[in-house]
Amino acid sequence: MNDSMNTAPQEVLLRAEHLYKNYSTGKKGREVHAVSDVNLSIMKGETLALVGESGCGKSTLGRTLIHMLPATSGSIYYQDMDIAAMDDKQFKPYRRKMQMIFQDPYASLDPRMTVRNIIAEPLETYKVCATKEETTERVLKLMDAVGIPGEFLNRYPHQFSGGQRQRIGIARAIALQPELIICDEPVSALDVSVQSQVLNLLKDIQHAFELTYLFIGHDLSVINFVADRVCVMFLGCICEVAGKDELYSKPLHPYSEFLLDAIPVADPHRRNRQRKVLTGEIPSPMDLPKGCCFCTRCPYATDICRKERPELRDLGDGRQVACHHPLG
Amino acid sequence: MFEHEDKNMALNEDLQSQIGERDGIRDKLKRMCRENPLAAVSAVVIAIIILMAIFAPVIAPYGEAEQDLINRLQAPSAEHWLGTDELGRDLFSRMLYGSRLSITIGILPSLISLTIGVVAGLAAGYFGGWVDYVIMRVADVMLSIPSLILAMVVMYTLGTSTVNLFIALSMTGWSSVARVVRSQTLSIKQSEYVEAARSIGVGRWKIMFRHILPNCIPSLIVLFTLNVPSAILSESSLSFLGIGVKVPAASWGLIVNQGRQFLFTQPWLCLAPCVAIMIVVLAFNFLGDGLRDALDPYMQR
Repeated sequence: MNDSMNTAPQEVLLRAEHLYKNYSTGKKGREVHAVSDVNLSIMKGETLALVGESGCGKSTLGRTLIHMLPATSGSIYYQDMDIAAMDDKQFKPYRRKMQMIFQDPYASLDPRMTVRNIIAEPLETYKVCATKEETTERVLKLMDAVGIPGEFLNRYPHQFSGGQRQRIGIARAIALQPELIICDEPVSALDVSVQSQVLNLLKDIQHAFELTYLFIGHDLSVINFVADRVCVMFLGCICEVAGKDELYSKPLHPYSEFLLDAIPVADPHRRNRQRKVLTGEIPSPMDLPKGCCFCTRCPYATDICRKERPELRDLGDGRQVACHHPLG
Repeated sequence: MFEHEDKNMALNEDLQSQIGERDGIRDKLKRMCRENPLAAVSAVVIAIIILMAIFAPVIAPYGEAEQDLINRLQAPSAEHWLGTDELGRDLFSRMLYGSRLSITIGILPSLISLTIGVVAGLAAGYFGGWVDYVIMRVADVMLSIPSLILAMVVMYTLGTSTVNLFIALSMTGWSSVARVVRSQTLSIKQSEYVEAARSIGVGRWKIMFRHILPNCIPSLIVLFTLNVPSAILSESSLSFLGIGVKVPAASWGLIVNQGRQFLFTQPWLCLAPCVAIMIVVLAFNFLGDGLRDALDPYMQR
C-alpha cells in the first residue's frame, strides 16, 4: 500500500479543512482548544495513524471527523459533501459509512446485552435484514469473520476475555459495511500477547472489507505495525504528516523526533545512550501560544516560532510539516 | 490462536468466580441467599404473605364482614384464632382480607411512582438543560413536603376512596426514584457503550430504554423494595387517621384504628395487625438491604 501511495494518486475519502473544536469551560471567553486548524486528508483504503501524547486532541479529532462531536468551525468533506455543518437528520445516511472501535473493550459493550444483540444492533437500527432469523445469520457470519465461535451467540460480554470482547466490538463496527472506521486506541487496553492478534485481525478485515482506518494511538510500535501514513499531533495541532517509513527513518518536525526517540530500544548496550529530553512546560490548551504550539518546549525555537504559527507545508513526497525550521 | 484465547478465557472465568466480580444478577442473588440468610428468609416471608392475600377467600374461616354479635370481643380461641372484634367479626379472617388491600397498596403505588420516577429521571438525565431543571425542581418541591401530609391533602381534596388512596400514595414516592435514576442516567450516558450506540446511529429513545434503563435495574429493585414498606405504613397511618380505607372494607391500618378503643381490655385486636405490619415492613426492608448489598457494585467485598 505504501508503494502505491507514492505512485498513483489516490482517492480522498475524508478531508478536513481548517477544522476547529473548542470546549467551553463555563467561563466566558475561556475555551479549551482541543483541535485547532486541522487540515487532513484520509485516502481511501489506507490506514492513517494519529499519534500524540495524552490530551493532545487525537480522540477529539477522530470523533469530530465522524460527526460524533460537533465541529466548532471548519469543514469536513466526505466524498465532496460537507458533513461538518449537517444536522443529525441530514447526516444519518452518512452515519453508517463511518463506524468506530473503542479503546476499552470492557466498557464499550453493554453488559446487559448478549453478543447477538450487540452485533445485531447496527443491523436492526438500519433494518438491514427483513427477519430476525436473517439478522441472526448475519451476526453469525460476522462472528465468524472476527473469530468468535458461533456457539457463544447468547453469551454476555462479561463471559469473554478482553481480546474476545474487542473482536465483538470489531464485528459490531463492520456490521454495516462502513467505509471508514475510527480505531480509538483499539489495543491499548489489551494484554501485549493479545494485541498482535487483534491488530492482525484488523489488517485482515481491512483487506476483506476494503476498509479505511483512522488509527488513533500512542504506542509507536503498534503504529509502525499497522499504519501506512502517520499524522503527529501536539496540543490540537498537526505537526507532521508523512509516510510511516519516511517518518520513522527521518522525522522532520522536532516533536516527531522527540516522540520517536522515546521508543525504548531492546538493546542493553545502548542503555546509556544519550536521550533527548524535552524541557519546558506544555502550554495550557486554554490559551495557546501565539506562535507554534511547540515553541515553549522546542530546543530549536527562534523568534519567528514564538510570533507566527507555522502553516502545514507540503514538502513533496507526500510529506507535510508545520515547522519554521524543519529538521534534516 | 483461538485455543490460546480459550484457555485465557477459562482462566479468566475462574478468576472472576473467585473474585466474585462481573457476574450476572442471578449469581448475585444466589450469593445473597448464601451470605445473607435474613434477606432470603424475608423473601420467603413476603412470598407467603402475598400468597395468603391472594388466597384469602379460600383460607379465611369467616367472611370479611361477617358479624356474629353474640360472640363479640372474644379472646383468641380454637374457633377464632385471633379472637373477634366489637361486632363479632373474626379477626383472623379480617386480617387476611385486610392484607389484600395493604399489600396491594404497598406494591401498586410503588410501581406507579417507580414508573413516573423512571421516566422523569431518564428524561432529566438524558436531555439535561431546561428539561432537567424543570423536572428536578418539581421533584425537589415534592421532596420538601412531608409525604404523609401531602397524601392527607390529596385525600381531603379528592375524597376518601381506595382509588384516591392509590393516587395520593403514588404522588409521593416518585421524586426520590427520579433522583436516583437521573444520577444513574448521567453516569451511564457517559459510558463507552452508549457512545458506541450513538456512533452506530441508534435513536435517543432506544438508547434510553435499551441501554440506560436496563443498567439501572439493580438500583430500581432496591428502591422498589424500600418503597413498598413506606407505602404500607402510609396507608396504615391514613386509615388509622380515618382518611384511608372505609369500613366495612378491611385494611391493617383500619383494624388498628378500630381496635384502639379496646387496647387495655382486648389488646390482641390492636396487636395482631401491628405485628403483621411490622413483619411485612421489616421483611421488605431486610430484603431491600440484602438486594442492595448484592447488586450494588460499590458495596462488594
